[in-house]
Parts: sequence; C-alpha cells; structure tokens
Amino acid sequence: MSLTPQESAYLEKKIGRKPNPVELQIVAAEWSEHCSYKSSKKHLKTLPRKGRRVISGPGYDSGVLDVGDGYVVTVHIESHNHPSAVEPYGGAATGVGGVIRDILSAGTRPIAILDGLRFGDIEKDTHARWLFKNAVRGIADYGNCLGIPTIGGEIEFDRCFTNYALVDVASVGFGKKERLIQNRADRGDYVVLIGGSTGRDGIGGSQFASDKLESENRSAVQIPDPFIEKLVIEAILEARNQKCIKAMKDLGGGGLSCAVSETSDALSVGIELDVALVHKREQNMSPTELMVSESQERMLVITSPEKLQTLKEICEKLRVSYSIVGRVTEGNTMQIKYDKDTVAKLPSDVVVNAPLLDRPASVPKYLARISSIKKPKAPNLSQTLLRMLSNPNIASKHWVYTQYDHEVGIRTVIKPGQDASVLRLDNGKFLSVKIDGNSKHCYVNPRQGVIGCFDEACRNIVCTGATPIGMVDHLQFGNPEDPEIFWTFKESVEGITEYAKYFEIPCVGGKVSLYNETDDGPIKPTPLIGVLGLIEGKPLIPKKAKKGDLLVMVGLTKDELGGSEYYEYVHDVVGGACPAVDMVSSRSNQEAVLEIIGQGMTKAVHDCSKGGLGVAISELCITHEIGCMVSLDKVPSEQLAEDELLFSESHSRFLLIVEPSKIKAVRALLEKHKVKHDAIGKFSGKNIAFKNKSKVVASVMVDKAQEKWLNSLGSLVSHG
Amino acid sequence: MHHVLTDVFKLQSQLVWHADDLPKNVDAIVLPGGFSYGDRLRAGVIAAHSPIIAQVKKMAEKGMPILGVCNGFQILTEAGLLPGALLKNTSLSYICRWTEIIVKNNKTPFTNKFKLNQRIPIAIANGEGRYYADKETLHMLKKNNQIVFTYGEDVNGATMKIASICNKEGNVVGMMPHPERSAEQILNPKDAKPASMIFESLIKTLGVTA
Repeated sequence: MSLTPQESAYLEKKIGRKPNPVELQIVAAEWSEHCSYKSSKKHLKTLPRKGRRVISGPGYDSGVLDVGDGYVVTVHIESHNHPSAVEPYGGAATGVGGVIRDILSAGTRPIAILDGLRFGDIEKDTHARWLFKNAVRGIADYGNCLGIPTIGGEIEFDRCFTNYALVDVASVGFGKKERLIQNRADRGDYVVLIGGSTGRDGIGGSQFASDKLESENRSAVQIPDPFIEKLVIEAILEARNQKCIKAMKDLGGGGLSCAVSETSDALSVGIELDVALVHKREQNMSPTELMVSESQERMLVITSPEKLQTLKEICEKLRVSYSIVGRVTEGNTMQIKYDKDTVAKLPSDVVVNAPLLDRPASVPKYLARISSIKKPKAPNLSQTLLRMLSNPNIASKHWVYTQYDHEVGIRTVIKPGQDASVLRLDNGKFLSVKIDGNSKHCYVNPRQGVIGCFDEACRNIVCTGATPIGMVDHLQFGNPEDPEIFWTFKESVEGITEYAKYFEIPCVGGKVSLYNETDDGPIKPTPLIGVLGLIEGKPLIPKKAKKGDLLVMVGLTKDELGGSEYYEYVHDVVGGACPAVDMVSSRSNQEAVLEIIGQGMTKAVHDCSKGGLGVAISELCITHEIGCMVSLDKVPSEQLAEDELLFSESHSRFLLIVEPSKIKAVRALLEKHKVKHDAIGKFSGKNIAFKNKSKVVASVMVDKAQEKWLNSLGSLVSHG
Repeated sequence: MHHVLTDVFKLQSQLVWHADDLPKNVDAIVLPGGFSYGDRLRAGVIAAHSPIIAQVKKMAEKGMPILGVCNGFQILTEAGLLPGALLKNTSLSYICRWTEIIVKNNKTPFTNKFKLNQRIPIAIANGEGRYYADKETLHMLKKNNQIVFTYGEDVNGATMKIASICNKEGNVVGMMPHPERSAEQILNPKDAKPASMIFESLIKTLGVTA
C-alpha cells in the first residue's frame, strides 16, 4: 500500500517537499492501478468516444446518450472481482451498489442492472459452486431490495477462474436531459457527504484490487446495505428535482480521497474538507482511515449556500444521514483538516494524474503452441448435442435470473433468457441491452476474440429489432507488468477500436481491471462488451413457431472451432482457429435482419453463437416447444464435417423463424442485401433432427433436450 | 402501481407519505409492493408500525376497499388486518417468474368482474411469499370464503397454494402476485386482460364511469 520509488520521487518533485503520511496514503489510493489507469490510459485514448447521441460533460461517472424527446440514457460498467473472490455475497452486492451510484451521479434514475459472472469449473469444483451461488444471491438481495430490475447478463465457467471470480455489473439509467447534473462549483459552496456512515470496512480496497490475490484480505471487502442505498437514491433524485445539486460524485474506490481530488480537479476548484465532521460508525478513526475508507452507499454533493437548507430537509425527511464536511475554495488545492489541524494539502491535479506507464508488450509464447491442433474425432452427434445442452456454459440460466426481480419498474418488455432484454422508455421508444464476453475465444486470439464479443452483443441487440447506439467495455486481464499479458490487453483495445470505428458505435464508458491472478496464474483475457440499442418502432417480441414454419439461416459457417465449447467441453482441446468477424458481411447481415424485423416478416430471430448451430436451433425448438427437421447440406458454409457444421461458433450468423407465406419476401430481401442465407429447416413434430442429404446424423427429442437444457445448472448448484 | 392506476386505468391516484395523513375523500387504498425498510427483521413488519397504518386500519373498519400487493400483503398481515403470515419460499430463494392464479372468490371489490375459477396469467416476485396459516385459521378462511386466489401450480410451498386472501368482510384483500405488472399487454407474455380485471373490478366497485 505505497508508491513505487519512482512514483515517490515524482510526487516529491511535483509538490516540492516530502508528503506527510496522510498525504502519502491519499496519493497511494488515487495512484493505484484501479483508480489511476496508469498502465492502460495511453491505450484507451484510441477508442472512439464521439457520436451524434453522446453527451459528455465534466466529471461524469457514466456515459450519457441522447435518446430523443428530451430524454437521456446513462450507462456504466464496473467489476468487483477481488472482493467477490474472497467474500462473494458482499463483494457482488457492493459491486451492484457502486455502479448504481455512478448512474445516480449523472442525475438519472437507475432502471436496470446486468451482470457478467465468471467462476471455475462448477461441475467439479465445489468452491466455484459456493462462489457462484453466493454471488448470485448477493446481486439478487441487493438489486431486488432497491427495486431496480436485473434484466440480463451472461455467465461463463472456465478452469482459469479456479479460486477466483469475475463479477461485472453494468447499470442503465434514464432521465430528462434538462435534469442532468451540470457539475460546476463556485467558491463558498458547501461540500456535503450523504448516505451511509463511514467505518473501517473497505480500507485500502482499491490497492487490494490492484494486486494479485494472495491473502484473503477480508477487511478490504466492503459491507452492503441496500436499504440505505435505496434511501440515498430517493434523496438524491429529490434533491436533483429541487435543484439542490450543483455537482455530485459517488464514493467508490479510494473513498473520499478519490472523490474529493477528482471533483476538485474536474471542476477546477479547491476543496477544503474537515474529516472530523464525517458521520462515522466507528470510533477513533484516523484522518487517513477516513480518507481511504470505502464504506458503501455514500455520495459527495456540492450545493450552494442558498440550497443547503432544502438539501438538509430532504435528507431529514428520508432519514438519510449527512454531514457538511467542507467548502469550495478558489484554486485547485485539496486541503484536508482534522478539526483545526491541516493534515493534508495537495494540488488536486497532481493527485489525480498518476505518472503514466509505458508497459512493454510481447506476443505470448502460448499462442504459437495452440495455433494448430489435431482435429478431434467426431463422437456420436446426438449424444454430443445433449451433452452440449447440459454444459453449464450453455444450459439455461433461469436458475439465476428467476432469483432476480427482472420485472420491477414495469419496463421489461423482453425478459431475460432471450438474446437481449428490452426496456420501454417514457418517450415511447425501447432500449435493448446486452453484455457479452468469451474468455475462451479471447485466449485463443485476443483481438478476434474481443471483436467477436462485440459482434455478438450487437447481434443480440439486433435480434430484438434494435440499432446499436453506444457501447461500454470492461477489460479484465492478469498482471500488466508481464509483457505477454500486456500484449493481450493492447490487442483487445485495438480490436474494440477497430470494430467500434467500422460500425460507428461510440464507446461511452468502461473500466479496466488488471492483476486478476491467483496462485495458479493469470486469468484468460476477459474483455466484456456491453451494447445499448434503440428501437424507434416496436421491438420484436417472439411469436411461437408453428408446424410448417421455416427456419432461415443468415451468415456463413466456417472452420472456426478454436475456443469453441465443442472443442473445450467435449474434447478438452484448447486451440485452433478462433472465429473471426468479417466486418463487411457482418454489417450487411445485421442490416438485412433489421429490415426483415422492421417489415414484420419474421416471428423470432435468434443469434447463433456459443455451441454453434446445433445449440442455437435446439434452443429455438425448446423455447418454442416444437421439433425441427434441419438439412445440414443447405447451411451456407465452407467445406465442413458434420460435427463442425453443428458446433462451429462462426460469428455474424442469425436464425429466423419465417411463416411459409413470407418466405419469398424474406429471400428477396436477403438477396438484395447480398447476404449468405438459405431456408435450412422446417418446424414440426417433437424431434430436433439434423440430416445431411438424406441421412439423419443427429436427432434428439424436444422434451429430452428441454429437460437437459433447463435443469442442468439448477441441479448442479442445488446438490451441494 | 401508481402508473397503472393513473395512466392505464385513469383513476385519480396519489402517493401518500408514511408519516402524513390520508387525504380526505379517499375511496380506496392500495399498499403496493416493494421492500419497505429493506425487509429488515421480517418483510412488512416495520412498515406495519408506520403512523399511516393506524388510519388505514380505521378505513378498513369502515369497509373501504383496500388492496395490498406483495409487500403490501405482508404489511397487512403484520398489521393484523389479514390473518396468517408470509414465510420464506420453500426454495429459500427469491422467485421472479410468470404463473397463473385461479379466482376462488369473486365477491370482493377487486374480483367482482371475474367468473369463479377463471385463470389469470400473472407475475410473481417475492422472497417471503409462502402463505401460512394454522388449521383453525384455514378452517375459518374456508368457512368465510376468504380465499381469493390460489396458484395453478405449487410455486413457493404456500398452504393450499393460497396466493391471496381477504378479511372476513371481504373489503381488505392481500395478494402476493403483481397485477400491476400483468395488466398491460406489452408486459404480459400471455394475456393481460384477466389481470386488468382486478383493476376494472375496483372501478366497478367505485362506480366510476370512464
């Protein structure tokens, strides 16, 4: 919990003296990797951040997108990996709390939560199962209590997460543009700390998160209290309505140190703070403890002297604790006092600008080793399909999302379990949201892997009839001091940039989480992509397939099984060629599908990804409760073996359910867009069957498939 | 709930703060769902001691239609306005999903437009939603026709699959499922009409003409 010798020297040079111990801790918190992005910042600059809907302002903790009619949507993503690996319930719950306050900071009401969860092999590893169950419960208890729906997410299990957990939480907010917090401050304004009391929990949390997980440092894990968070949300929104908030910041990593220094710097003002005035839950806390505590459910608000009384009355009505801890001053100094004594006095631009690093990067040696593999021999395909459907990475996640209140707020028009969830907005439009990650693809090819995650999230959005309008990323890697790991980080950022620029989807927020390592080594590169889409008309709410309806496939199936569930789960083979996105055809595929949806020519659209065609068609049959006869020889593809056709995870593919009366129009439209497509199957009966020419190569009953797919995950966790 | 009452069913509804008085000229009271006091101690138990509950009790005695949904139901049992208790679901988990309930009493202010045994596709979302009552109370509930809705399937281990009950007089109704989440077609994966009849029944009771 200190600075490196170079950083100490830099700090001394900048402030012209030796920092005292309190100052040193403040700077150490802010200069941690978690808060300062010192390894990643230079590279993140390449991401495109402008777009016609993007509204940016000083000090926003979340991305703001204009959705028309005077309304905005805000979005942010964060992780709580280290704490969740130690104490999954509290770690995951406080992860939810933190990201929600970022949404609140902009002056918008949080209306949705999504979460991405990653654990070890839960089929064999009981510790992974324990982490998984408790993280889900933590998210459920916190989000449900707040009355904010958890509407979606994704879950992945992989041995690289053994003894570890990745808990990513994204939140979406909604509000009126005119009520966005303007984030300005003038000399004489009051600095008010609102919400939970400050204790010794979460001390040094941001540094804990900036180191590899060696010891189980439980005191660095924060304690959740969703009821206080709920009161804080309502108090802040009421204060916003009554124009009591000139500027606002959430207290997250680094506690008061970061909130005060970042506010002072972003608003170009000084802040004078007396930490003795902070409302506390423990006695005899030192100034340093008060400055770096990461106690939850706290907001820092700047209000004018005229509005202070109203703000106090709002807090008192809602019984939210607060303390008036300081004033805004001229200049850009943060001055921290304890009663009459000044305990720290630092220029805030120095505190918030850690010296950035140029980390060396080199191609990982493992890539050459896994680039070519011996193709595994195809097993019995019917049995394999059933095994794939019960694979925890593929099986239905309803055990998870039925524990989340995903309906509260009555906006959830398309519910979890579909490609993407859709919320209705007050202006009559609809918002489609999805997050996607795939550590297996990203390990085999970091650049193509992340481009694939981006493409998948966009496809999921498109399946609901939405056009992508913005994205957030969450970049999770091991120790950046290892050049091979840092190379995978750089590749990821470049991949995201490439896709975002081509599709003109602005990056409106993100987070970097490094040092995700355990005693067994680093995690696989795990960037997560969240995409927001807007529907100006009506969303595609799936209609049930009937006997005689046709299955249309859009997109090309290629020899891309590297990192696939089929290779890894069935054959335990890591490597080969991972799916690569052809951006030109991906764009035409998306545009064609959106046009088909817009013209009401399809009953349902499903993305074809994890587990490939075999799994995607089975999922359709299971949810629509009807069989399908599929002709593999009609699947638009390269020359592939039957198992490859069934399980390749090539991107940019969609499955459409089309009534016979509309097939001509659908085909004509697909031809107009020059996309690869064919009608590959017909719905009827109770059997999911795949034939090649006239020979049936795989066949499973719908009810059998349903039983495996629906119950595998739940029965795994409820038995131990 | 406020949105559904005002925007969907065009009723004049108003949110009332727990420490304030009930406004004058009230015709009906709805206690909506939520996590009052964070479900601390037991769901609904702290809110049952809110100042306004004393006034709700008075109105209940006067025969005013009162509906408690989810946490509102829990508050009504904790306040002693309805018998029995709501315990943790048998799965020990929160459950959010769609199910069907069956009309068992079509005489209450919230069910008078239904046919008996009519089925309603409806959303449930609760952690402590398992209705429980002792034998004596159950006997009384049956005898007085106080069971309003039952579940079509066993969702949470509730005694006799009870989803909703009313007081002896029938004017106070508590239900765990969420009619306000189910009464708009865009939100209901099946059919929103039956759930909307809960609100239409209230409109009929109040004699409001739209």
